[in-house]
Amino acid sequence: MTTSSLKRTAGLGLIALSLAATPSLAQEAPDNPPWNQADAIYGEEAMAKAREDVLAEGGDQKTFYVLFNQLEAQTGGEEDTFYWNGQANWGGDVNKLWIKTEGRASLEGNGVDDAEIQALYSRAVAPFWNLQGGIRYDIEPDGLAHGVVALNGLAPYWFEVDASAFVSENGDLTARIEAEYELLLTQRLVLQPRIEANLAAQEIPERGTGSGLNSIDAGLRLRYEIKREFAPYIGVEWQGAFGGTKDFIKAAGGEADETVFLVGLRTWY
Amino acid sequence: MFTRRHMLQSALGTGAVLGASGLLPAWARPASAGNTGLTELAGSQFDLDIGKFPVRINGRTTEATGINGTVPGPLIRFREGDEVTLNVTNRLAADTSIHWHGLLVPFHMDGVPGVSFPGIHPGETFQYKFAVPQNGTYWYHSHSGLQEQVGHYGPLIIDPAGTDPVQYDREYVLVLGDWTFTDPHRVFAKLKKNAESLNFNRPTVTNPTGLTGMWGQMRMSPRDLADVTGETYTYVINGHSSADNFNMVFEPGEKVRLRIINAGAMTLFNVRLPGLPMTVVQADGLNVQPVETDEFQIGVAETYDVIVEPTEARAYAFVAESIDRSGQAVATLGPRPGMRAEAPELRPVPILTMKDMGMDHGNMGGMSEADGMKSGHEGHDMGSANVNMPGDGMPAMDHGAMKPDPHGPADQPARIESDIERGPGVVNVAAMPMSRLDEPGIGLDDVPHRTLTYSQLRSLDMNPDHRSPEREIVVHLTSNMERYMWSFDGVKFSEVTESIKFYEGERVRLTLINDTMMPHPIHLHGMFFDLVNGGGMHMPRKHTVIVKPAEKLSADITAEHVGDWAFHCHLLYHMHAGMMQVVSVVPTSFSEPMPATMEMDHQGMDHGDMKHGEDM
Repeated sequence: MTTSSLKRTAGLGLIALSLAATPSLAQEAPDNPPWNQADAIYGEEAMAKAREDVLAEGGDQKTFYVLFNQLEAQTGGEEDTFYWNGQANWGGDVNKLWIKTEGRASLEGNGVDDAEIQALYSRAVAPFWNLQGGIRYDIEPDGLAHGVVALNGLAPYWFEVDASAFVSENGDLTARIEAEYELLLTQRLVLQPRIEANLAAQEIPERGTGSGLNSIDAGLRLRYEIKREFAPYIGVEWQGAFGGTKDFIKAAGGEADETVFLVGLRTWY
Repeated sequence: MFTRRHMLQSALGTGAVLGASGLLPAWARPASAGNTGLTELAGSQFDLDIGKFPVRINGRTTEATGINGTVPGPLIRFREGDEVTLNVTNRLAADTSIHWHGLLVPFHMDGVPGVSFPGIHPGETFQYKFAVPQNGTYWYHSHSGLQEQVGHYGPLIIDPAGTDPVQYDREYVLVLGDWTFTDPHRVFAKLKKNAESLNFNRPTVTNPTGLTGMWGQMRMSPRDLADVTGETYTYVINGHSSADNFNMVFEPGEKVRLRIINAGAMTLFNVRLPGLPMTVVQADGLNVQPVETDEFQIGVAETYDVIVEPTEARAYAFVAESIDRSGQAVATLGPRPGMRAEAPELRPVPILTMKDMGMDHGNMGGMSEADGMKSGHEGHDMGSANVNMPGDGMPAMDHGAMKPDPHGPADQPARIESDIERGPGVVNVAAMPMSRLDEPGIGLDDVPHRTLTYSQLRSLDMNPDHRSPEREIVVHLTSNMERYMWSFDGVKFSEVTESIKFYEGERVRLTLINDTMMPHPIHLHGMFFDLVNGGGMHMPRKHTVIVKPAEKLSADITAEHVGDWAFHCHLLYHMHAGMMQVVSVVPTSFSEPMPATMEMDHQGMDHGDMKHGEDM
């Protein structure tokens, strides 16, 4: 399949691009120092070192951030499961390495259903938006790799949005849109409406996925921030399948939509 | 006046092991521990040891990085004109430094690593030596990393060589601070990861202003009054929380001079003594014409000296309330040692308005203030003809490019304005910046008593330099709160490739436009800002000025001393995030010929007319 190999090349190209586009991590020293009058008193070498340090301390710090938005048990559906959704990033204000992971495991001894991890290069392209590109690897169910392009950020009126497009190594095009909102009931009690939609450009029978809109998860989570970084929550989520996906599920004898109850932890560092 | 002062040395080095009070130098101890309000005169030689040591704050033992084992560090006191020697020994594992805030020292004694010297490496002793032509209340602090947050600061007083125009019977030094038991690098990291995570006064479902309308669209919060709040900070006065109750004594009828220094890392304070008017006599170390008020907002690094005259024999509260009303530090001024004044309740939290976003198209009233400047300041018209609209499509300009406004007044200074880098670091450019010098500061507009404004300040001494500025340099204060990016003109310090140039001997106007939603105390080392506030030949001269949200203000500066001088926001984490630049005062031989009007004497450190005004 030439198209898929093309797409695969495109995916790899994105990764190569991301590696090439991180020159800020190795800044070259300017030919002319921005100021140097103290060099005559304390020596060029001593001042050059101190100047480099003070400049780096003025906004070139690297930050490491990890957020598990969801670490939760879901119950009340067909099977009790554990679901996780997290991300981590490292870098400066503009260029970052961004990891995302999401997956689901059975709490009834049936193993891991889905587990994916994404490694992305993220670039701040506007005050509130990051453009991201890289790879996604689905450890479960099938060890499939994808190229990823994503737009991630804060939309007007404080909606957090993550929209990703994926091209699998088989050439299948899919997309995922996540949006959430943080409504403070008090300074520590936060209600988080969250919606995730999955779409596909074509049918992917081996994954039981139809084309078009496949699924929507719409949840409400109520958390209490004991610390801002540590917030247990309870919640409820409606998980629905649509179109061809719904047909696949029904054909397999499953429930096309269900409502689950959640208990979990949101935590960041 | 000076006969009551003793040698400071007797008080130094006595602390260390005597418990809470023992950890403090004599001037910072509560009256109950023996401070009668006398302060000591030091010599001209000081030994300062920078190290880590335990301190007890708000009943909790913690580790500080500071000077000679106390937080704040010792009061350094010497006489105007004396040459002083300060031996600073670094006993830390990291580099350190001391910057003498507001002192007009030679630039290589200014103490900014990477700008004016290489810093003091572990185990080294650095000798500072200088004489300065000024007196008043100042302070000193580390300019290395985040050391200032963890106790590396102290007060400094220079007594006048002649008669002090300020009369008083007793004096206290009040060093305001914001202590955190969290590692400051962790505090900064939290701001970077989740900028509003330290704010516990965010819009809620019952208090939703900011979620919708222009605020929501702009993704800015009208409740973003302070990045780091009382949730993280314990506010302190001379190292004492409200519970620790720093107390001062007076005899009814006495004139008590309070020397108030904001040595906080991130906190603007509202200062008041309920029931007791204050007469402001000094701002940033230089005497001002006395002005009576009931409350003022003090920016980080600013100092105010006030005189209070309590006549009743009762305890008065000295209140330093955080600008976001998330906490306060209360001290007691009472007729007997050990009294505790009743602390007032924290007042309702103010909310920012569209005016603070620079979007208040309906209200052009602020401009009239600028017009008012014409009266005392002919030829420096700041009026509408010269109003600059940021982002008005000016072509990219070099720092050296000049562009006078063809529609402005005849002798307007040439304007130098860089294009703002509109990258991810700049959310907003104030469409309608305005003068706010006649406002007391966020949250003080509607208090039921008098408040101090910058427009009220008049230098007691006539300004030494009356020349009109030949050039105007415009600098925008820019940010993206969401990413916690802070900068000048959209360029973080780490991205600076060229310093701002002043030419030796020139009179230059620095215009600051605040495109952010926060007030920034902006500090320029080595020079005073002659604040263009309509004061004519008595403009207040300040080392640090608060630029309010959406404010445009100007300061005229005499660039006397050749050297590289740090220029930055004094909110520590803003500076750390990039809100800093360097002003290079370069010898005139490097630039165009000296203007014909130049008649100042630039010999040595002589700053011309340093005489004192008449007694108040």
